[in-house]
Amino acid sequence: MIPAAFDYVRAESGAEAIALIGEHGEDAKFLAGGMSLLPLMKLRLATPTVLIDVGRLRDLSYVRDAGDHVAIGALTRHRDLETSPVLAEQCGVLRAVAAQVGDNQVRHRGTIGGSVAHGDPASDLPAALLALDATFVLQGPGGSRSVAATEFFHGFLETALAPDELLTEIQVRKSGAAGFAYEKFNRRAQDWAIVGAVATRVNGGTHVALVNMGSTPLRATAVETALAQGASAADAAREAAVGTEPPSDLNASPEYRTHLAQVLVRRALEAI
Amino acid sequence: MKVGVTLNGAAQEHDVEARTLLVQYLREACGLTGTKIGCDTSSCGACTVLVNNESVKSCTMLAAQADGASITTIEGLADGERWHPVQTAFHENHGLQCGYCTAGMVLAAVSLLDEIPNPTERDVRLGLEGNLCRCTGYHNIVKSVLAAAETMQGAK
Repeated sequence: MIPAAFDYVRAESGAEAIALIGEHGEDAKFLAGGMSLLPLMKLRLATPTVLIDVGRLRDLSYVRDAGDHVAIGALTRHRDLETSPVLAEQCGVLRAVAAQVGDNQVRHRGTIGGSVAHGDPASDLPAALLALDATFVLQGPGGSRSVAATEFFHGFLETALAPDELLTEIQVRKSGAAGFAYEKFNRRAQDWAIVGAVATRVNGGTHVALVNMGSTPLRATAVETALAQGASAADAAREAAVGTEPPSDLNASPEYRTHLAQVLVRRALEAI
Repeated sequence: MKVGVTLNGAAQEHDVEARTLLVQYLREACGLTGTKIGCDTSSCGACTVLVNNESVKSCTMLAAQADGASITTIEGLADGERWHPVQTAFHENHGLQCGYCTAGMVLAAVSLLDEIPNPTERDVRLGLEGNLCRCTGYHNIVKSVLAAAETMQGAK
């Protein structure tokens, strides 16, 4: 399967990438690792006429302790998250979730920014970032703006990113080296989660987020509220699917996904 | 567009379309057909090669993205007549049957052992989750990788 023809341009800086996408218009797309975009292009579900390769912007690949938060460059690969000592110490949950994305080959190419910008509700990292109250820094022709993760995911593969904006940085709360769990359910190794549940302790509270339980990654707010009111893990987990609209596909019906969410949230809460 | 790589230690440059996938570049432009196309959807891992010493699925990478990189395919793994320890281990432990997944499996294993030189059986099974084999049931593949790890550790 060969993608439809396109022009390829390599950006040497973030500013150049934004100028290039402004120049080429809405049919242009940024290419990072390509782990989501290239399969879509091979199936001709995506047919950009220009690809702007931002994959070599090494100055956007970093994990830094920024005092009250951890700052992650958008082009940091999953492999680099998985092996980052800063993340292991300050935000262990993100390290652990990154280690469960795809397989080794995918983690050698895929980037956190690519995963976030793609906005797939079945992806692992967006849910973890929701649980961590992440902030996304978006750079456009008129400057940069920050968008909270809770405001970022608008619908299936739809985000707050304007066509001419580049996601440059992800900022997450420090949640420590322990006190988290990621329960990912799939039938075959390396597959997407049929349902996933992330639970992590943040600032004395417990945050819970769900993978593949709707058209976007979701916070399990009913579970969080129940926990804050003193409910047990088992009782709180019964609220896991409240307010969700789980999809139906070959892997699972909405009813089965509801069941999975409740079980996985309970397991995650019991593990932290 | 011009795409140049160092392939198995030797410089290559070819004029290809921007949409050329790395696996096509290797097989068609460079003429090295040891790298196989299996599922063509980045699931099976048959097309695994090393890009700057890390395993990647060459069906899901543009040749343009590899421009300037150092690439190792199965043809470049041996040192002259001397097999790489992973190749020897697959041979000695019967780590293959039909052989279609083998090139990708061997390169994925080389990358895995580079990252985890002394793996447990679980490390090997998890580390090779991106490579499918429909013949062996994986048993002898895992055995081969563990044996290679032992040889390579011993050689240090």
